[in-house]
Amino acid sequence: MAQIPADYNVLDYIKRGELPPFELTRKAYAEQLIEIAKTNKDLVVLDADLAKSTLSGKFKEAELKKSEELKKENKEYQIRFFDMGIAEQNMLDTAAGLALMGKIPWVSTYAIFVTGRAWDQIRNTICYCNLNVKIAASHGGISVGKDGPTHQCIEDIGLMRVVPNMKILVPADYHEAGKAVRIACEIKGPTMVRLNREPVPVITNPNDPFIFGKANITHKGDDVTIITTGLMNYYSLKAMVQLELEGLSVRVVNMQTLKPLDEEIIVKCAKETGAIVTVEEHNIYCGLGSAVAEVVTQEYPVPMKIVGVRDAFGESGPWDELLEKWGLNDIEIIAAVHSVLERKRKNP
Amino acid sequence: MLTKWIGEAMPFKNVRLEELIEFARQVRLDILFQTHEAESGHVGGPLSATDFCTVLFKVVMNYDPKNPKWEGRDIFIMSKGHCSALLYSLLARIGVIPVDWLKTFRQTGSPLQGHPNMLKCPGVEVSTGSLGQGLSVGNGIALALRLNKQNNRHVFVVAGDGEIQEGQYWEAIMSAAHYCLDNVCLTVDVNGLQIDGPTCEVMNIEPIVDKFRAFNWNVIEINGHRFEEIIEAYQKAVEAKGKPTVVLAHTIKGKGVSFMENQVDWHGKPPNDKEYAQAVKDVKEMKYPW
Repeated sequence: MAQIPADYNVLDYIKRGELPPFELTRKAYAEQLIEIAKTNKDLVVLDADLAKSTLSGKFKEAELKKSEELKKENKEYQIRFFDMGIAEQNMLDTAAGLALMGKIPWVSTYAIFVTGRAWDQIRNTICYCNLNVKIAASHGGISVGKDGPTHQCIEDIGLMRVVPNMKILVPADYHEAGKAVRIACEIKGPTMVRLNREPVPVITNPNDPFIFGKANITHKGDDVTIITTGLMNYYSLKAMVQLELEGLSVRVVNMQTLKPLDEEIIVKCAKETGAIVTVEEHNIYCGLGSAVAEVVTQEYPVPMKIVGVRDAFGESGPWDELLEKWGLNDIEIIAAVHSVLERKRKNP
Repeated sequence: MLTKWIGEAMPFKNVRLEELIEFARQVRLDILFQTHEAESGHVGGPLSATDFCTVLFKVVMNYDPKNPKWEGRDIFIMSKGHCSALLYSLLARIGVIPVDWLKTFRQTGSPLQGHPNMLKCPGVEVSTGSLGQGLSVGNGIALALRLNKQNNRHVFVVAGDGEIQEGQYWEAIMSAAHYCLDNVCLTVDVNGLQIDGPTCEVMNIEPIVDKFRAFNWNVIEINGHRFEEIIEAYQKAVEAKGKPTVVLAHTIKGKGVSFMENQVDWHGKPPNDKEYAQAVKDVKEMKYPW
């Protein structure tokens, strides 16, 4: 990625109506694996014939290079990368076996295949035994684009939320993806990191906080809170800019950890702003919106609106067109904000 | 005496035939005891697998009962997790867990859950119960052993013949051969039965020998109730180079109890008082070769 200035602020681009720099979150995944593996001998990476796509293949290349160098010194080196072929269930349980022996296995494949096809293995072996398996769930959301609905995962957060012991991290951009991978390695127990297919807007700086289990208030405000995650952070900030032109004061919260959820900040936002809109690249059922609603209804009920994919399969198309067609953009968010503010007005 | 030293590979232990016979008898009694006490649990499968598991625990596996997490140990995975009563008896009789835990089988708060739980019971390497996963886990362990350059440790996985209907098993079988995991030995308890009927009627798995050979495994077929054959099979398995080995143990489901032998109904039914008394009598009267 081109050098980003130290005072980078994505809001400058948004206010000027320009596109900010974009970068691949899965690139950060590959870079971090290579970096961490230099000092952590227990890291092992597995893929299911998607190494060129998830970019775990870059880790494999680094390991092969190391192997060749050691061969020159007549030393044998077993590379820490295993392609398991198109067999996700076997891959997940193989990772379980590696974790039982103290390794930190990262399994990489598309979100729909790992959380869908291998759900039983994740639930009945990995999470039931609380094993230290890390999941890079790439190609989350409908922004997967032209491959179409079979590859666009809108259920992964829901599928993983309901399994005890699973932790879920959803980075907003390239920088956060790198941090998420590092944090995941430090967490004890099963952890999933959601990644994207397309390059996504860079919205944070390398020094911005990413604390496991603690959401980040990216913009302060008092009239309403937009709680968002992943790619939708960008559209939430775009919506915020436009709403503030209307004279509203909008709080934006980046929920980086989906599980365990930062319940404290949700209650705080409910109390202090009195209206919440959630935005996610996921089904409106069982994802971020549901998680936030569970807290809000039980702790401090306020008007809420969940913006996401309205329980339908997507379709093939360029990713930005799909987001617009399926209502995952600033226009939809603005409408949702107006809607909750209307209810807030009627029931102060 | 029934042992051999296998070159530089793991030495099998010196065990008299008589000891194996009595150990297996006690394990069968434990299986009946646990399930009768709990009024719940599986009997047929544990009974058919008793003899070859006896050999694994008493003769083959390098293991320290006082230290079930010893880093030099061989790994045993009961992939067919519903045969937990068998596993618990083995662990109790070699001294990993107290024998008086057996009466708590399947009770609330017991470390002896209906299906083995690694977080509750020492000696259980991985929790099983959802069929089809044990070999994949075993392969992962074998890969870790290779990464750690621990070349003299082995992984022993026990699967049911119904269990290998799970597609995941064939993914694992494919990948064990692909990665030349010669430190993996799978035993399939070929007792010919599953819950809904004989395997040949429910979902035919034959020809199993051909299938494993086609997947590039070494295949050894044995009578799963003959200690001499079992030991010889495992000796070959641990000596194997370059390929994983499967021991296809032909067994009788419910072996040892006259009215349970080869009966579909005795998969997951505990014996009532009258049945228990007769079953105990049958097992006590078992004579080897059985």
